[in-house]
Amino acid sequence: MAGRDQHGMVQKRGVGHWFTHLGLIIGVLIIFFPIWLAFVASTVTQPEIVHPPMPLWPGDQFFNNYRDALVSGVNAPVAKMLLNSFIMAMGIALGKILISLLSAFAIVYFRFPGRKVFFWLIFLTLMLPVEVRIVPTYEVVAGFGMLNSYSGLIFPLIASATATFLFRQFFMTVPDELAEAARVDGARPMRFFWDILLPMSRTNIAALFVILFIYGWNQYLWPLLITTDPSMNTIVMGIKQMFPSGDDIADWPVIMATSILAMLPPIIVVISMQKLFIRGLVDSEK
Amino acid sequence: MEKRVTFKGWLLPICLLLPQVIVTAVFFFYPAGQAVWQSLFIPDPFGLKSQFVGLGNFEFLLGDPYYRAAFTTTAVFSILVTVASLGMALFLAVLADRLIKGSGVYRTLLIWPYAVAPAVAGVLWLFMFNTRVGVVSWYLGVLGYDWNHVLNEAEAMGLVVAASSWGRVSYNFLFFLAGLQAIPKSVIEAAAIDGARFWTRFRTIVFPLLSPTTFFLLVVNIVYAFFETFGVIHTITSGGPQQATTILVYKVFADGFVGQDLGSSAAQSVILLVVVGLLTVIQFKFIERRVHY
Repeated sequence: MAGRDQHGMVQKRGVGHWFTHLGLIIGVLIIFFPIWLAFVASTVTQPEIVHPPMPLWPGDQFFNNYRDALVSGVNAPVAKMLLNSFIMAMGIALGKILISLLSAFAIVYFRFPGRKVFFWLIFLTLMLPVEVRIVPTYEVVAGFGMLNSYSGLIFPLIASATATFLFRQFFMTVPDELAEAARVDGARPMRFFWDILLPMSRTNIAALFVILFIYGWNQYLWPLLITTDPSMNTIVMGIKQMFPSGDDIADWPVIMATSILAMLPPIIVVISMQKLFIRGLVDSEK
Repeated sequence: MEKRVTFKGWLLPICLLLPQVIVTAVFFFYPAGQAVWQSLFIPDPFGLKSQFVGLGNFEFLLGDPYYRAAFTTTAVFSILVTVASLGMALFLAVLADRLIKGSGVYRTLLIWPYAVAPAVAGVLWLFMFNTRVGVVSWYLGVLGYDWNHVLNEAEAMGLVVAASSWGRVSYNFLFFLAGLQAIPKSVIEAAAIDGARFWTRFRTIVFPLLSPTTFFLLVVNIVYAFFETFGVIHTITSGGPQQATTILVYKVFADGFVGQDLGSSAAQSVILLVVVGLLTVIQFKFIERRVHY
């Protein structure tokens, strides 16, 4: 009976147990299949793909295809596009965290005239994606001469208050005694911010960073609009630009190698920081 | 909620707020205001002057069969994406929840497609179903089915739905699994002792207890299907064939940047803004409820 208690009454054993595993394995395989196919395509030659069906097992062209993609690509070297994506994702994640930390600190720990107005102005921006204001935002960015620039890629995407909201929620749970003690000790507000609040927020910052990095890396529409120069393309939007117009046949091995390279950094982030990722996901949806 | 203990002064907090206020004003409020303003005008063909038309752009849109078609397309698309990704995720989460050991391994195996951008997912699915080189379309041909999403509207819709739902399964799975694991096992065991079979237990106990999670995911997934699937549509179908996959966000882009019809595009943005606003209100209402739940 000991085994029974340990497993609980309603856990399936025997045949049912294996069906559960079977169902999950089939699910994993279905989810996995498109990526496997892309990986295989990135390791074979173009003729092997254009004469279907293509093989389902990797070939020996891995180094050739990835070198072609990274060094020359189609319109621009993929290495450059990876760098652009990295700068954009880091800029969005770090920029948003920085301005949100400061403004959440101001809103929670100070009383000043107009505080309510600022509060509501910032919170109006919650959940309004860049997609619905693309034309006027494009005009603003063009007016500043920020087309084909990193600041043009980054700033419009940090103009939202999701992170501020998150930090505000967290600061509200920080015990009042800490601020009280800091005040009695005569510590200045910024001292309290640096020495107490910031170290306490470390986990929240890291979790948010994971979510924002993926968000920034995976942007598509915005870079598509403002990077007309191929050397400023980000990798996620650059893939589509690698398809030829008209009837020419696409360079599938290089395109698929690029697709794999485009998904690798965010996947590494998700898997290596799984706990922070899940926490960030749950936090940012609350 | 207010803090009891606060610091004195007003200059410092204003300075702390300044970066966010400037970025938000320049890149959010000004463009959003511009969208509303532009929606009231029609620019002349040379782009030199604009004529004030009041709500003319909106009246035109609501009477425009293409715009109405885009509304219907968006509704069909979001419902299909939501049902497909929630269904698959719930199925996998229920299975994973039945395991005592190993659910963590499956979780790791299932969550990482979340990291794949919708646009990249679009390229992967396009590759599988490409009419010339696609593996799946080739094998379908062997089975006697002639796949051509370039010409067939239903197949085009099916393909963008599949590509959009695929990466989304991870996200929904994560929340469903957490929801399932939060249900007290004693409740389910009590029902099992009373002789309720698995399906009965699921229908009468598990699913109702899971409804807050389901409702939350419903709203989040509709928002996703409305706005974040642009990359999938643009890479696979570009809204075609015959606008069969032109969803509202895609139409804002197509009319504003490809068609250069700024007044109409701005009016469409404003309509989308209202839709997002409504969804946000629904979500916030729901979250209040969940706090008390």
